[in-house]
Amino acid sequence: MDYFLELFLGGLTRGSIYALIALGYTMVYGIIQLINFAHGEIYMIGAFTALIVISVLMSTGMNPVAVILIAGFVAVIYSCAYGFTLEKIAYKPLRNAPRLSALISAIGMSLFLQNYVLLAQTCDFLPFPNLIPDFECIEPFAHIIGSTDVVILVTTAVVMIILTILIRYTKIGKAMRATSQDRVMASLMGIDVNTVISFTFILGSATAAIGGVLIASHIGMINFYIGFIAGIKAFVAAVLGGIGSLPGAVLGGFVLGWTESFATGYISSDYEDVFAFLFLVLILIFKPSGILGRSEQSKV
Amino acid sequence: MHTGKKEQYMMKEFKWNKLAMGMLAIFLSTFSAFASAEDTVKVGVAGAHSGDLASYGLPSVRAAELVVKKANENGGILGSRIELFIEDDVCKPEIATNTATKLISQGVDAVVGHICSGATKAALAIYKDANVICMSPSATNPPLTQSGDYPNFYRTIASDDAQARLQVDYAIEVLKAEKIAVIHDKGDYGKGLAEFAKIFIGKEPGAEVVLYEGITPGAVDYSAVVQKIKHSKAEAVIFGGYHPEASKIVMQMRRKRIKAHFISDDGVRDATFIKVAGKYAEGVYATGPKDTTKNPLAIAAIEAHKKAYGSEPGAFFLNAYAASQALLSAIEKAGSTDYEAVTSALKNYYVETPLGKIKFDERGDAIGIGFSMYQVKNGNYIEVQ
Repeated sequence: MDYFLELFLGGLTRGSIYALIALGYTMVYGIIQLINFAHGEIYMIGAFTALIVISVLMSTGMNPVAVILIAGFVAVIYSCAYGFTLEKIAYKPLRNAPRLSALISAIGMSLFLQNYVLLAQTCDFLPFPNLIPDFECIEPFAHIIGSTDVVILVTTAVVMIILTILIRYTKIGKAMRATSQDRVMASLMGIDVNTVISFTFILGSATAAIGGVLIASHIGMINFYIGFIAGIKAFVAAVLGGIGSLPGAVLGGFVLGWTESFATGYISSDYEDVFAFLFLVLILIFKPSGILGRSEQSKV
Repeated sequence: MHTGKKEQYMMKEFKWNKLAMGMLAIFLSTFSAFASAEDTVKVGVAGAHSGDLASYGLPSVRAAELVVKKANENGGILGSRIELFIEDDVCKPEIATNTATKLISQGVDAVVGHICSGATKAALAIYKDANVICMSPSATNPPLTQSGDYPNFYRTIASDDAQARLQVDYAIEVLKAEKIAVIHDKGDYGKGLAEFAKIFIGKEPGAEVVLYEGITPGAVDYSAVVQKIKHSKAEAVIFGGYHPEASKIVMQMRRKRIKAHFISDDGVRDATFIKVAGKYAEGVYATGPKDTTKNPLAIAAIEAHKKAYGSEPGAFFLNAYAASQALLSAIEKAGSTDYEAVTSALKNYYVETPLGKIKFDERGDAIGIGFSMYQVKNGNYIEVQ
């Protein structure tokens, strides 16, 4: 039973990180039907920014908790700036072009950002200090769940609640929902569609940056390539849960995390990815729009 | 006219003379060639000297040249000069057979080479039939020595399974581990080592492999595998792979309060591992080639290379240097180039080389060459005595 619980919690932690990144994919897809392949790179840039800030602040001998909060904050701001600029440069000019053009542009941006960080920083792995302290109250359970895992779970829950409130109950949230339903109609009703799209990118980038900082302090190292694999897995999570749906992205992340964790724990880690993707295929066969996705009528 | 006829006659005579002289010259040169064959010790150097793997083969040529030059300056061996025959095999088995045949037809007494395991294997059968000793500086494929098929084969590099052997022996004999988990990264290098480790542990009474798993490199986290290690109650973990995965696993193990020993390979014996894993790296074991940087002969050999070629030596240079030295020394000790005599000299006498003091075991692997165990202590890999 202990073993099951450990695997369950391990899968939950891993799933939370997928979910944080998947939120960005799914929001952008919901608004402009674009799969933003450069999203994983935003996550990677968030982690790098945090590392730079941490290195600077650590030398001043500041309290580690304060350091990680400031670093996380700066990473969010920085990633948001990247997400905003990305949309203005690479996607806005292509908004009325065929979907494929924007997709290719997204892949191009992903490669560009990866290599930009590779050249500007390093190709080597960099150690990411673990600044999350070991909580004393968790010590008896340390063999099952660590402080970092708890922080990741709590942060995901908080981010999820804030996002839900933002989209359900605020004016900009209402505008986002309207834009996602029908962009032309929304603009006719006086909604500034460009602002809404920019805001969506900023929001997605912020969650990705939070995910980047959390996972970097969880595994303790980063390099320019981490965004790619995490991005692919998060994309799978978003599709699994139903792309375009926020609760779907989170559920998809958890399902993927658990599948991987249990497949490793009870069968073999050699087949971790095999089971994860097998599950995706099965779900898409029986429910093509994902677990919580709405089936979309093709526009005539 | 008369004169003309005489001239013609003279020319004819002259032509005959020239032909006779030419034949004489050919005869003489052939004869002298035979004469010089009696005088020199012929050593072949075979390997990739062109193509995409040339960088593995050319340092061996230079090593052999340096050793032979030095020996010839000191009067050669057994009173005769040493002559090198350099042949390219491009690391291809099908070409290596031609290379071997050519070297044998040139009458070589011993061969330094080949470089790649596949090419070496193809050439070995030909050398074996001709009773020619072949010593590779770089062919690491285990069966080359372990199968017993090639009694004429020697090598001055440890075989691929030597690291796994050392890891398993260390875990069982020094760390007294009975339950061992073997993890690898599914790559050629890591999985190859892990498979050897698994086989070796299986042969040891009183020790068992409690977990054998492959992980996906670059995955977001390895907590499930770490839980599995804990669940298996392993006392030692042998990991085959590279440092990014090793540091993730070690960090997650220690955070989950798992105290099992962590033993890994040369891919983890890297400064980046310690930098990334930080305090969690302390106490981790990793195997690596024996340290030769302080060996005076190695320093001298590298200096000689810099002086002669103006650059740092390349891959397997010291191994080839040691191989050339071992062959020449064995011929000298044997007192002849006779196959049996040289074989017994290789196996019975130690020789000082840049890789340390070596001789060869029954199978042809060098005793005294191989891997050492290193452990992280205070942020540095220290050789365990």
